[in-house]
Amino acid sequence: MKNNGRFGQFGGFYVPEVLIPALEEMEAAFYKFYKDPQFVADLDTLYNDYAGRPTPLYYATRFSELVGFKVYIKREDLLHGGAHKVNNCLGQGLLAKYMKKTKIIAETGAGQHGLATSMVGALFGMQTKIFMGSIDVERQSVNVHKMRLCGAEVISVTGGTCTLKDAINEALRYWTSNVADTFYMFGTACGPHPYPTIVKHFQSCIGTEARKQCLEKIGKLPDIVTACVGGGSNAIGIFSAFVNDKNVKLVGVEPAGKGIATGKHAAPLNAGKVGILHGTKMYLMQDSDGQILDTESISAGLDYPGVGPEHCLLRDNKRAEYVAVEDDAVLEIFDIFTKCEGILPALESSHSLAWVYSQKNKLPADTVVIVNLSGRGDKDVDIVERNKIK
Amino acid sequence: MKTYKQTFAELKHPALIPFFVLGDPDFDSSFEIIKAAIDAGADILELGIAFSDPIADGPTIQKADIRALAGGMNIAKAKELIKKIKAYKDIPIGLLMYYNLIYQYGTEKFFADFAAAGVNSILIADLSIDDADEVSAPMKKAGLDTVFMITPNTEIERAKRIAEKCTGFIYTVSLLGVTGGRDQLSDMVRPLIARLKAITKVPICVGFGVSTPQHAKSLADAGADGVIIGSRIVKIIEDNLNDKKSIPAKIAEFIKQIKQAIQLN
Repeated sequence: MKNNGRFGQFGGFYVPEVLIPALEEMEAAFYKFYKDPQFVADLDTLYNDYAGRPTPLYYATRFSELVGFKVYIKREDLLHGGAHKVNNCLGQGLLAKYMKKTKIIAETGAGQHGLATSMVGALFGMQTKIFMGSIDVERQSVNVHKMRLCGAEVISVTGGTCTLKDAINEALRYWTSNVADTFYMFGTACGPHPYPTIVKHFQSCIGTEARKQCLEKIGKLPDIVTACVGGGSNAIGIFSAFVNDKNVKLVGVEPAGKGIATGKHAAPLNAGKVGILHGTKMYLMQDSDGQILDTESISAGLDYPGVGPEHCLLRDNKRAEYVAVEDDAVLEIFDIFTKCEGILPALESSHSLAWVYSQKNKLPADTVVIVNLSGRGDKDVDIVERNKIK
Repeated sequence: MKTYKQTFAELKHPALIPFFVLGDPDFDSSFEIIKAAIDAGADILELGIAFSDPIADGPTIQKADIRALAGGMNIAKAKELIKKIKAYKDIPIGLLMYYNLIYQYGTEKFFADFAAAGVNSILIADLSIDDADEVSAPMKKAGLDTVFMITPNTEIERAKRIAEKCTGFIYTVSLLGVTGGRDQLSDMVRPLIARLKAITKVPICVGFGVSTPQHAKSLADAGADGVIIGSRIVKIIEDNLNDKKSIPAKIAEFIKQIKQAIQLN
């Protein structure tokens, strides 16, 4: 490897030897192409014409009135596929094409990354396999159906907790047996180097656009930028453009599930310990021996025991603040925000809205907050309904 | 304490190395099973400490990990079981496990405590030589031998660097994939052994997918210094859970068959 993939003490590539050549190949290809003018031009065209970039930065008038300060929404929910995941999949898919790979695999939790991968697999004519925990297959059945319509094979994973972590385990195992011709399209800014770097790069368009749009609209930078954090790809994507703007506060919002104190959550930056899983050193939900703990969150896309290594560093060096909100607050804001703005936020993105709502009337009226609305909530309507009945 | 060096020097045939997950299916049964394997002719033991997320393992070992954890296995009990095994017989023991368990215990302390319990080496499935600096010095300080993996897709220059870092043996992975029984021996393994023999004198022990006496025999013929059999043996445990008392004899019988096959050399 050219680079050790470290973010302070975090990151690295803790993988079985058999995967090293594949990661080396991927790293070499990424550094070869990511600034290549043809690659950049191809990706820009795909971003604009296929995915629908740039996405608007929308001033949420009624929600702003409700909370007592100015809230701007970065509309990643308007992208093709309904979430920011397509940014990364187009980038990695194009990389796979440049590397002349013909098969792609991916893991998925909420199904948004699986869907984006399946779309890109269809777009590039690549054979696509999606690994998904059996519980997620059930709670995100609409996305499963869409993936199959795109021609992907969806493999339901029954090991362990039957969620995202187990889907990653199984995808890694499959990759181990098929490294020669298969490109693993990792969905978040986590996992072994070079993935955290690659995924951040392909998601950084969110932050670059938002920063420019904010300057154009209001002539200054925002005071706060907030995003939900599971693996952390949408958050690192928007944070990346503001990290050097010292006066912009960055707030990552983790899923507190049933409450941090209950242990039933997926908030490693709030309540985890440093450890190693899925190829990277990061904050991790684990017991005292180091066995990985079950996680719980109403949003499948945030239901993961670890978190991207760069977020771990931003936490430790205090450049970003990481808070957590509980399922109940998420369900409440889903309803409030939809009624205010006529926009259905994904339950993942609802976490950052819930944190904004928790600041109601606590911030000066001229405060400008940008929320990364990473995805739309159509996929979550059933879950929201079911939880209302209870 | 018996070393790898002494073991490889004494043997006139490749070392027979069965793999077990410590505490599978429970502490006492596991001890009886491992004793039977020793009595049946195991030369070295490869032992795993169960982990919740074993990414390098196929379904058979995953299930064994789950059984062991469900049976109450943890780091402290694993150490206790190793001490009991060493008290039964001074046989070299290599641990094969995942990094997080070591990291949480405290790397230096883990190596020191498990060396004291009688372990000869610790192979970390998810730690490559690129990060070997994190473990090599504390391993050496604890008096442990080092073992790393080489796979069929490891480039020759990298294989040389790995071999240089191995003082115990090279864990040679026969195929591209995870652990698990296979009907056929991978056609990648003979050329791999030949390539490694040309670049190093470190003993070459072959594992992953080694499932039958015939496989063991052909690895012996190809010049392997040891054969590691995991999933096929663990499967015997899985298939006989309703009659745990019968497992040691069945494991012993299988190990004797393997031993016979490699002694024909």
